[in-house]
Amino acid sequence: MSTGPVPKPIAGTSSFIDDRIGAGNFLKRNLRKIFPDHWSFLLGEIALYSFIILLLTGTFLTFWYKPGMNHVVYDGSYEPLKGILMSEAYASSLNISFDVRGGLLMRQMHHWAALLFIAGMMVHMLRVFFTGAYRKPRELNWIIGVLLLTLALAEGLTGYSLPDDLLSGAGLRITQGVAISLPLVGTYVSFFLFGGEYPGEDVMARFYSLHILLIPGILLALISAHMILMWVQKHTQMPGKGRTNKNVVGAPFYPAFMAKAGAYFLFTFAVIAGLATFAQINPIWAFGPYTPADISAGSQPDFYMGFLEGSLRIMPAWEINVLGYTLPLSVIIPALVPMGIIMTGLALYPFLEQWVTGDRREHHIADRPRNNPHRTAIGMSAITFYGVLWLLGANDELSAFFHISLYTTTWFGRIAVFLGPALAYAITYRMCLGLQRNDAAILGHGVESGVIKRLPHGEFIEVHVPPADDIAAHMRGKEAIPTIAAAPDGEGIPPKGLRGPIGRLRAKMSETYGGEKIPIEEHHEEHPAISPADDDKSLTR
Amino acid sequence: MTDNTNGTEQPDERVPKRVIGTPPPGTPMLGEEESTEVLKVPGVSLQDPRTAKKGERLAALCFTVTFLAGIGFIASYVAFQVGDLDSTGVSNLALGGTLTLALLGLAVGIVVWVRMVMPKYNLVQERHAMASDEEVRSEVGETFMQGAQESGITKRPLLRRTLLLATAPLGLAPLVLLKDLGPLPETKLRHTVWDPKQHGGKELRLVVEGSGQPIRAADFNSPGGLLSVVPEGYEHDLNALSKATLILINLRPEEIKSGTNKNWTHNGIVAYSKICTHVGCPAALYEQSTHHILCPCHQSTFDATDGARVIFGPAARPLPQLPIGVDGQGYLVAKGDFPVPVGPSFWERGDAEAEVREKGGQV
Ligand code: HEM
Ligand code: FES
Repeated sequence: MSTGPVPKPIAGTSSFIDDRIGAGNFLKRNLRKIFPDHWSFLLGEIALYSFIILLLTGTFLTFWYKPGMNHVVYDGSYEPLKGILMSEAYASSLNISFDVRGGLLMRQMHHWAALLFIAGMMVHMLRVFFTGAYRKPRELNWIIGVLLLTLALAEGLTGYSLPDDLLSGAGLRITQGVAISLPLVGTYVSFFLFGGEYPGEDVMARFYSLHILLIPGILLALISAHMILMWVQKHTQMPGKGRTNKNVVGAPFYPAFMAKAGAYFLFTFAVIAGLATFAQINPIWAFGPYTPADISAGSQPDFYMGFLEGSLRIMPAWEINVLGYTLPLSVIIPALVPMGIIMTGLALYPFLEQWVTGDRREHHIADRPRNNPHRTAIGMSAITFYGVLWLLGANDELSAFFHISLYTTTWFGRIAVFLGPALAYAITYRMCLGLQRNDAAILGHGVESGVIKRLPHGEFIEVHVPPADDIAAHMRGKEAIPTIAAAPDGEGIPPKGLRGPIGRLRAKMSETYGGEKIPIEEHHEEHPAISPADDDKSLTR
Repeated sequence: MTDNTNGTEQPDERVPKRVIGTPPPGTPMLGEEESTEVLKVPGVSLQDPRTAKKGERLAALCFTVTFLAGIGFIASYVAFQVGDLDSTGVSNLALGGTLTLALLGLAVGIVVWVRMVMPKYNLVQERHAMASDEEVRSEVGETFMQGAQESGITKRPLLRRTLLLATAPLGLAPLVLLKDLGPLPETKLRHTVWDPKQHGGKELRLVVEGSGQPIRAADFNSPGGLLSVVPEGYEHDLNALSKATLILINLRPEEIKSGTNKNWTHNGIVAYSKICTHVGCPAALYEQSTHHILCPCHQSTFDATDGARVIFGPAARPLPQLPIGVDGQGYLVAKGDFPVPVGPSFWERGDAEAEVREKGGQV
């Protein structure tokens, strides 16, 4: 049957728009744009939807929040703090919590959404890393992602300071302590940021404009760019039946993907609302107003700052004094180095990998992590590095929980931060090869069917059957990682670009990193009943 | 939400995939005969009408839940007032609970709709290389060079250079404008309000943080005690407090080791800066039995009996000691400023302790 005419009101509006901007051409191409499906592709969406929720709840908070540092006597509804001198910022945050209906809910939703936003981004980034989805042509989007993560940390840091309670003040104090220890410019940075001596009267207003205007503005621009690039380049897809480097298989944007994305947004929204309803977060009234003279014991930053906290904690007390100047290594190393290693490493990885493999082709089929063992191992050791620092950010809790001395946990961290990543590398590498061997065995000899058969001469064997089509196709979607040819040419002269120490290192790395570690050998003849398409492998190229 | 479990339905793909003994390709698997009313497209497998009907009812139920929860939300807003912890808690529970339910109902409803009413899709779209082809590239290159030549920028160096020159100071303007963000540090980090010279020689009393009580030396006489102390008159001046806050510890005189300047103590009472020399948290924890001062932020540990020297953790320097004594009425006062800057290290600080020692002083 025919689909029938477009209803009048919709037809009217759309022709109004089309007459003016010619949107029809765009819609013709894009309404049925295909989106591949895999659970891991939804991780980035968590971050996206959390950001939208942050914009909504944050805007609500701005209607009452006042970024003032002048002291006022609290006379709001919360009895225990009545009559106490506090900053206007803290008083207004209490006001949002206790004198605005739904204010506490919005504050808690804002905070939970912030945690989910950053956690979502991190997990999404790991997915992209481990599946190699950052490869050409998606390097630009990868870099935008690294920028987004960095900015999100800054956004979280400025937001965390705004309520100006004792806990947020501790975070601010540490931020200032780090800023002032920067070589050469530290005191100036600190005095300019705080409008003079710490804490001064200006920092709340400044953090406020950073938090609600500058950083969200940049985030919004970058997120839009991220989405546009994703749309233009199309999603990567997992290897599988009928999926090639030259197509996208999945559901159309309209109506299926659109509806699913809408539902997923609502799920994220519901989870954040549910957390804000049932799980208390940042009860600022319990901490009291900020004073630099006090601290609440056992104070912990938000989870995304934990790795910085941990690296500050395990650092030995190194400080250099030369020619009347001071280099506080015990602050600047932990504050800058781990973050620097992680963010720079992330930003450069696609280009380093290209340099090592010499692979300049476009990739649209996602790798299974096991099929690039060195990449996966590097990723796991980075996670371990981050994880050790993160755990050590709570070493006082660890020490109390496991009844071990605080100093033992610190020493454990100092060693584990080097040993852990190395161990993780070795283990992951082995595991990847093991899993590849497993795949090769399944493709080569089939899966155990559980059926025991007696052969004419009396021997019992278990019948192996070929794996299901789609699973087999998923496994076959693997190819050797390219290497730059390092073989010297005829006269024993290595190719140009591979001479010299760096060139030789590159050739060596390429050889280690690339190649086919566990080739897949299929014996089709053994299963004449099945005729797996011989060209299946090429489909996923 | 992985729906594409029923294989590729592309006609050209099916032919070689046939397994002996299975139905020939093209056999409808999902009862498609009954749903001929909707356009049949390859890669789009329609739902069984019974499933679709069930899905419709289920989704409608979910949407009704959302409708009711939404009304509940509005009712909760009107019904529950906020104020104290309890009423705010109830309001939060009611508003949040209804909101969560409403959102959840909508989300589940839509998922049911997608999964049970909408068809299963396995559509294929071609992908093309991102790069535009050579022809286009060279055309754009030519256009670019042509435009550059027409503009004259390639042939007129004077134009080019003065343009660059013109933008340089303008580019600096925003940076210059930021200068008034703050005053210059000068020597502000080297003094605290304890310095009697700032008050015409008047020595400030030490008062208890929070209560503001001055401290009579004779009343603070139980060894092992600890007080958090601020300068009188600056109890609410956060700038002053961020440098001048002290911990006051009462030690038995025989416990005091050479690191501590005994002349700056009074009857075993010794005052150290409370501001951690690592990144400035208040070093607020004190263990009586070991006389260890612990900073809760990164666990730098200082020995109170020995000039608060560092025994563990990332802090690189001892907590500076403040010279104290008593005034005419027996109240503790500061006899001078800290000999060295307090709090976190900074570039211009240098080895202030060594400088003091060179001048014959003690820290
Ligand atoms: C995009 C990422 C964002 C992150 C990671 C983030 C994070 C945070 C955090 C952790 C807090 C402390 C919450 C608390 O009170 O417990 C906060 C507070 C706040 N945020 Fe955001 N935020 C973001 C975006 C926004 C936006 C877009 C706005 C406004 C348009 C906003 C406005 C506010 C306000 C007014 C406060 C103070 C609330 C209070 O003190 O009660 N935020 N933010
Ligand atoms: S601030 Fe005291 S140990 Fe870091």
